[in-house]
Amino acid sequence: MSMIEPVETMAEPWDDLAASPAVVGSVPTAAPIVPKNSIAGRSLTAVVAIMTFLAALTTGAAMVVLNAASDWQSEVGREVTIQVRPTPGRDIELDLRKAADLARAAVGTADVRIYSRNESARLVEPWLGSGLALEDLPIPRLIVIKLAAGARPDFTALRQALAAQVATASLDDHRRWIDRMRTMAGTAVGGGIAILALVLAATVLSVTFATRGTMAANRPIIEVLHYVGATDAFIADQFQRHFLALGFKGGAIGGGAAILLFAVVEAANSWLAGTAGGDEIAALFGNLTIGVSGYMAILLQVVFMALVTAFASRQTVNRTLKAID
Amino acid sequence: MIRFENVGLRYGPGSEVLRDLNFAIDGHSFQFLTGPSGAGKTSLLRLMLLSLRPTRGLINMFDQDTARLSKDDRANLRRRIGIVFQDFRLLDHMTTYENVALPLRVLGKGESEYRAEVVELLQWVGLGERMEALPAILSGGEKQRAAIARAVIARPQLLLADEPTGNVDPNLGQRLLRLFIELNKSGTAVVIATHDIALMDEYDARRLVLHEGRLHVYD
Repeated sequence: MSMIEPVETMAEPWDDLAASPAVVGSVPTAAPIVPKNSIAGRSLTAVVAIMTFLAALTTGAAMVVLNAASDWQSEVGREVTIQVRPTPGRDIELDLRKAADLARAAVGTADVRIYSRNESARLVEPWLGSGLALEDLPIPRLIVIKLAAGARPDFTALRQALAAQVATASLDDHRRWIDRMRTMAGTAVGGGIAILALVLAATVLSVTFATRGTMAANRPIIEVLHYVGATDAFIADQFQRHFLALGFKGGAIGGGAAILLFAVVEAANSWLAGTAGGDEIAALFGNLTIGVSGYMAILLQVVFMALVTAFASRQTVNRTLKAID
Repeated sequence: MIRFENVGLRYGPGSEVLRDLNFAIDGHSFQFLTGPSGAGKTSLLRLMLLSLRPTRGLINMFDQDTARLSKDDRANLRRRIGIVFQDFRLLDHMTTYENVALPLRVLGKGESEYRAEVVELLQWVGLGERMEALPAILSGGEKQRAAIARAVIARPQLLLADEPTGNVDPNLGQRLLRLFIELNKSGTAVVIATHDIALMDEYDARRLVLHEGRLHVYD
């Protein structure tokens, strides 16, 4: 075997190489180990933002339905009526006053009001039309009783007192109507929660797969770190930190947009209050607000999305290291 | 430093690609690992780098039985080994300076601690003016020198190089060899995997020859 020139004679191994042109004169500072601005990273941010926005919208819609259902139930539940039927030979006005006095005497009533003949007539107007001589018809009269907030009046006792003193009066506590309302509201809320669960599951899956896709581009970094002696925990920490920030950024964009949207809707709702359209919307959806709990739920989703992204990246790092080792 | 005893390696259910390997790498030694393409040179280097586990046999490194090591212990042992890949494996988003400094960052050193050291080494390998260049604009030779600098920056006791001259012209290959010899003189044991006979003829060193899965040692 021939020998190359003795290494001792070399001043520096590369001293006779043509010098390459300098790119920058100063020594740079250390860049992050995981690249911050990659196309895959930006795509992942966009996926997290979009999915968080959709999940937040679904959450908000579910909250609106939940609040509206609760409002409907409490509105109906805060009111009961006494119906007094006109009977030949009895003074209906006297019966009305007696029944109203009994209602006022009952514990838990806040307001008792006898509907006038005209008011009662207006109630049946949609069915019978206007211009009829309603005095000639045996139309029952109503007493509307508003219940005090949080009160639980003894309806059985009131019913018994009415039966004893005003035989033509009957108490309607809207139980059947409330039960039906409760069933309907429960169905709406259940549907909302089911849709929310599906959207959240789809969000978690799409964010997880998008993270894995982004991580695939980072495999060379994982390999090099592994070969230069980095522990698995060190490598996983680098990626987890980076992807937590990425997920949080995407989540904040999506969640922030949703919060802004709900705030605008809420403001528009309050501007429209008192107008015909506003009243219709209020009748259907309540005051269209998701409340503090709704905003908190959206903020929690932002944090949750960031955690899902970070967790998925850590899992992918561990899987990659397992494949390498 | 490294001792292989009856080591065998197979991938999946197939036959062994490496079998009955018995050899030792001493501290401060210099050797070529050679054999035809597909003979298992890279697999043997990966066994020495602790990034593969043998199917059978004993590998003792730095007086430790590698089979008994935890993952973290294996990573810590890997820090005493430098590796140069044929395809360089420089990280594209990092400058030459950052790529070379990477092993020191992994060791937990701050930039103020390693800055002078990295700059000095880059100047020594002739990349003093290319510190802030990204790998994409480096020539093949510059990339290879950056990869070598990264492999030796943490002063490893063993340097493994996988076909380090495979992508460079013969003149540059000879210069790279001189660099490895210089590193060996400073105390680092060197294993160069190559099938370049001309390169091996340039320097009288021990040869480990892989043939049909077995290793033949020519001191």
